Amino acid sequence: MTTLPAEFADLEPFRDWAVHGERARYAKRIASTMAELQAFYDAAFPRMDAALDYLDQFTLDALPDDAKHLLWLYCALITVSFPVEAWRQPRVPDSGAASIDEVVSPAI
Amino acid sequence: MPHYPKPAEGSWTQHYPELGTEPVSYDDSTSPELYELERDAIFGRTWVNVGRVEQLPKKGSFFTKELDAARTSIIVARGMDSEIRAFHNICRHRGNKLVWSDYPREETSGVCRQFQCKYHAWRYNLEGELTFVQQEQEFFDFDKADYGLAAAQCDVWEGFIFVNLDASNTTSLRDYLGEFAKGLEGYPFHALTQVHKYRAEVGSNWKLFIDAFAEFYHAPILHGGQYQPDEAAKVASYGYEALAYGIDGPHGMVSSWGGISPPKDLDMVKPMERKLRSGLFGPWDAPDIGLDELPPALNPARRNSWGQDSFFFFPNFMILIWKPNWVLTYHYWPTSYNTHIFEGTCYFVPPKTARERLAQEYAVVSFKEYGLQDGNTLEATQTMLESNTPVRAFPLNDQEVLLRHLHHTVRRYIDDYRLQKASR
Repeated sequence: MTTLPAEFADLEPFRDWAVHGERARYAKRIASTMAELQAFYDAAFPRMDAALDYLDQFTLDALPDDAKHLLWLYCALITVSFPVEAWRQPRVPDSGAASIDEVVSPAI
Repeated sequence: MPHYPKPAEGSWTQHYPELGTEPVSYDDSTSPELYELERDAIFGRTWVNVGRVEQLPKKGSFFTKELDAARTSIIVARGMDSEIRAFHNICRHRGNKLVWSDYPREETSGVCRQFQCKYHAWRYNLEGELTFVQQEQEFFDFDKADYGLAAAQCDVWEGFIFVNLDASNTTSLRDYLGEFAKGLEGYPFHALTQVHKYRAEVGSNWKLFIDAFAEFYHAPILHGGQYQPDEAAKVASYGYEALAYGIDGPHGMVSSWGGISPPKDLDMVKPMERKLRSGLFGPWDAPDIGLDELPPALNPARRNSWGQDSFFFFPNFMILIWKPNWVLTYHYWPTSYNTHIFEGTCYFVPPKTARERLAQEYAVVSFKEYGLQDGNTLEATQTMLESNTPVRAFPLNDQEVLLRHLHHTVRRYIDDYRLQKASR
C-alpha cells in the first residue's frame, strides 16, 4: 500500500498519484478532469518547499518507502503542472492522438 | 539588423552557395518510390547510431535494433573479449530471426553466453561463430566455420555505437562523422548515466521531424503557450536568431542562446520552474561533470549567452548539448515514406538528492510537452504535402538553413546512388 510520511498526511487524498514512471503519471493526468488536476495542484504545490526540505534528509539511494512515494507524488505534480500552469486542459493543445511514451525510466 | 553577426556573404545560407536560396520542393517527403531509394542510398550505406556502450555493461550484454529503413534487424553484443560487435539478426540455417522475445518485430536486450535459434537450436557464440548444429551429421559437406553470423561494420565514437550496413564501406566512422565529432571529443558523455528515454510513432516522413528540430524559428510561436503570457508576446516579437550555424559534409549544427536557464527575470517562467529551478533548458544549477573547458565544437561563436548546441549527424541522429551539463539525443527511424519512429533520450548525471531528481524530471517532462507540440504539427504537414494542391515549393528562410541542407544532402545521396547503379 502507498503511504506518505506522517508529516504529509494532508496529502493522503492524493496518494494514488504517487506512482512509478512518467508513463503512468501521464496516463493518470490525461484520464483526469481539470477540476481533479487543479485540486491536486492546489493541495500539493503549497507543500512543496516542506516536501523538498523533508526529502533533503536522505540521499536518493537510501530513500525510505514513504519518502519515495512523496518523491513520486511530486514527480506527478510536475506532470500535472503543465495543464494547470499552461494548457488549461489535461492534454497538450492540438496533440490529438499523438503520444510520446516513456520507454526507459530511472529506477527511482 | 541581426542581433548576432552573420557570415560576410550576408546570410548563413549564402555562405554555403551549393544550397541556393530558391524555394524548396518537399516531393522528397511524399514519394514511396523515393523512400525505397533512400533505404538503399542512405540507410544502407551510412554510419547510423544504434545505442551507447552503457547499454552493454558486461561481457555477454546484447541488444537488438530494428533497422526497418535499412531492411534489417541487428544484434549488438559485447563479446567475451569485451569487444562490441554487430550482426545481422538472422540464423544461418533457414533465415529465422535469431534474437527476439515474444514479438518478433520488437526490440529486446539482455545478457547471455550464446545465441540459440528458437527454431532448430543452432547456437552462435558472442563473437558470431556457429558453435552447435542440431544433428550436424545430417547436413551435406558441412563446415560450421562457413556459417557464422553475418557481421555488420561496427565502431564506437565517444561511447556512441554505430553500425554501417554496407559491407563494402571503406570510410571509417571518425572520417564519416567529420569535424563536429572531432570537436566534441572529450565531452564527458560517459558521466551522464541517468537515462530517460521516450519513443513515438509519428505519421510523417522522417525528414519532417528533423526539420522541426533543426530550426528554432518556430519556437516563439508554436511554444508561446509555455511562457507566461506577457513573456510570450515579447518572445514572439523578438523571433529567433541562432548564434551560429555550421555545415560539414552531410552534417550540420546550430548554436543557440540560452537565457532562461536561469532566467534574468523569474516572472518569465512558470511557478513550478521557479520552485524547482529547472526548465526546458535543464536544471539551472549545473552539476560538476569535470568539464573545465568546452570542447572546440561547442559554442563555436564563444558567446556568453550560449545555452545549447544541436549537432545533426546525417542521416538520423541529433545530439543536443545544453549549457547546464546534460545531453538530449534524437533518432528518427523511418518505417515508410510517411511514418517513422522518433526516439528522444535525456542523459543527466545521476542525481544524489530528491531535489536534483525532481529538477531533472522537470526538464524531461518539458522536453515531452514541447515534443508533443512539435510532433502534432507533423501529421498535419504530411497530409497537406501529400495532397493534390498546386503548392509545390516552399520558401525557407536563413534560420532554416539546416533544413535546406538536409533536403539537399538527401538529393545528393540519391543522385550518387542512381549514378553508381547506372554505371554498374
